[in-house]
Amino acid sequence: MAKVLVVTSGKGGVGKTTSTAALGAALALNGQKVVVVDFDVGLRNLDLVMGAERRVVYDLINVAQGNAKLSQALIRDKRLENLALLPASQTRDKDALSEKGLARIIRELRTLFDWVICDSPAGIERGAMMAMRHADAAIIITNPEVSSVRDSDRIIGLLDAKTEKAAKGERVEKHLLITRYDQARAGRGDMLKTDDVLDILSVPLLGIIPESDQVLRASNLGQPVTLANPLSAPARAYSDAARRLMGDNLAINVPLERFNLLGRIFGGRAA
Amino acid sequence: MGRSYLAFVLAPELPFVDWLVELDRRVENSLSFFANRPLVLDLTGVAPTKAETAEIIAFIEERHLRLIAVEGVPLDWLPERLAPLPGKVQTAGVFQPPESEKPGRSAPPVTWENEPSIGSPCAALLVNEPVRSGQSIIYPHGDVIIVGSVASGAEIIAGGSIHVYGSLRGRAFAGTNGNTNARIFCSKFDAEMMVIDGLYKTADDFDLALRGTSVQARLDRNVMNIEKMS
Repeated sequence: MAKVLVVTSGKGGVGKTTSTAALGAALALNGQKVVVVDFDVGLRNLDLVMGAERRVVYDLINVAQGNAKLSQALIRDKRLENLALLPASQTRDKDALSEKGLARIIRELRTLFDWVICDSPAGIERGAMMAMRHADAAIIITNPEVSSVRDSDRIIGLLDAKTEKAAKGERVEKHLLITRYDQARAGRGDMLKTDDVLDILSVPLLGIIPESDQVLRASNLGQPVTLANPLSAPARAYSDAARRLMGDNLAINVPLERFNLLGRIFGGRAA
Repeated sequence: MGRSYLAFVLAPELPFVDWLVELDRRVENSLSFFANRPLVLDLTGVAPTKAETAEIIAFIEERHLRLIAVEGVPLDWLPERLAPLPGKVQTAGVFQPPESEKPGRSAPPVTWENEPSIGSPCAALLVNEPVRSGQSIIYPHGDVIIVGSVASGAEIIAGGSIHVYGSLRGRAFAGTNGNTNARIFCSKFDAEMMVIDGLYKTADDFDLALRGTSVQARLDRNVMNIEKMS
């Protein structure tokens, strides 16, 4: 039975697209059939991170409006044959995506793949609501920083109100993925602590992705970080998160959060 | 001895028709705020003629709002029952309707309209999950019990008391129907605003030492006391 995931955050720039690509590739490396779907109509990016920007012919909106077949719009990844991308339209308006058309696409994708990963646009407008509408589970991307955490909290509330599952009186399964976790800043006490984030959001933790140059480098190369540099710290963290999604019970590796003693003395910082 | 109370000040803005539409929306969204609450109409900003004044008053009263006084127009324009208050009402002490009632992208409030049957032994609303930023729990009929936390940017509005078994980081409005005995309890206090029967305190007014502790807030002769619970 296919699972529809939405990758969402409320706030922009926290790592939704990067995480969609990295998790999609990691699941595919584990032999799963995966499609990543870009919902950011008008501001699409997932095609770039997947390295497929020159291969887009038809997009989500063409299929939703019946102008193209799903098979014509799906772009199979060149590295992994069981990984595919359904791109967003860059030229159309986000209102061009109809509820009915979307429901039909999701139904069809469920029959073709094990995982349908929806990359949500930022914000809480129509695009984000469409991305979460059919989700069975949500991955909430949060940076350890107050504004990101509050926006995530807002999104979690909407997941319980605006999704198809909520309308049926069921719950969307939720997972928290903390991204851009900066160990140096954590050591100085400049970031929200993981425990505080979990306390505020009360959603189970799927993983912690360390801040790393590798992520940006991979994106610029058009590769999910889990394919570009599988041994790097962020790639390993994403791979573990993907295995947890598949039901593996792996311990979560929380990067050290203790105060550096020297830092405390010379930084003159009170806890 | 007398009784002191708080009143909303309604200050119409021009164009009046737009303001009236906005007022209707607010009244509809938050019946509990307006129900039986005394209102003062401040017409200083509108500067109406005598005929317009009478019309505006009629518009307000049509909506079954309890107007007790009108300000900003000559005394002899008003029916006797609506004499202006002595001195200008201090808006600083008057309850301002919360942000979320303004139109915009706020989530529709979660309202429980099913009034518990009379004599029902449990007139409280039990919420078994965290209240998220942007959500409103509105329950004018009695107490609200939250098993979980109330996030920053969320609000609980109760006719009775509010009990939060978790962190209270948002806003709590207890006793909105004029219940001065209502209290607010929380096991971890970090609120943005506490209101009992329209009397409010914001985060700036809170004693820092109370943060993170379990507290109760109650009214003592129109002064809100927030105290640590042992």
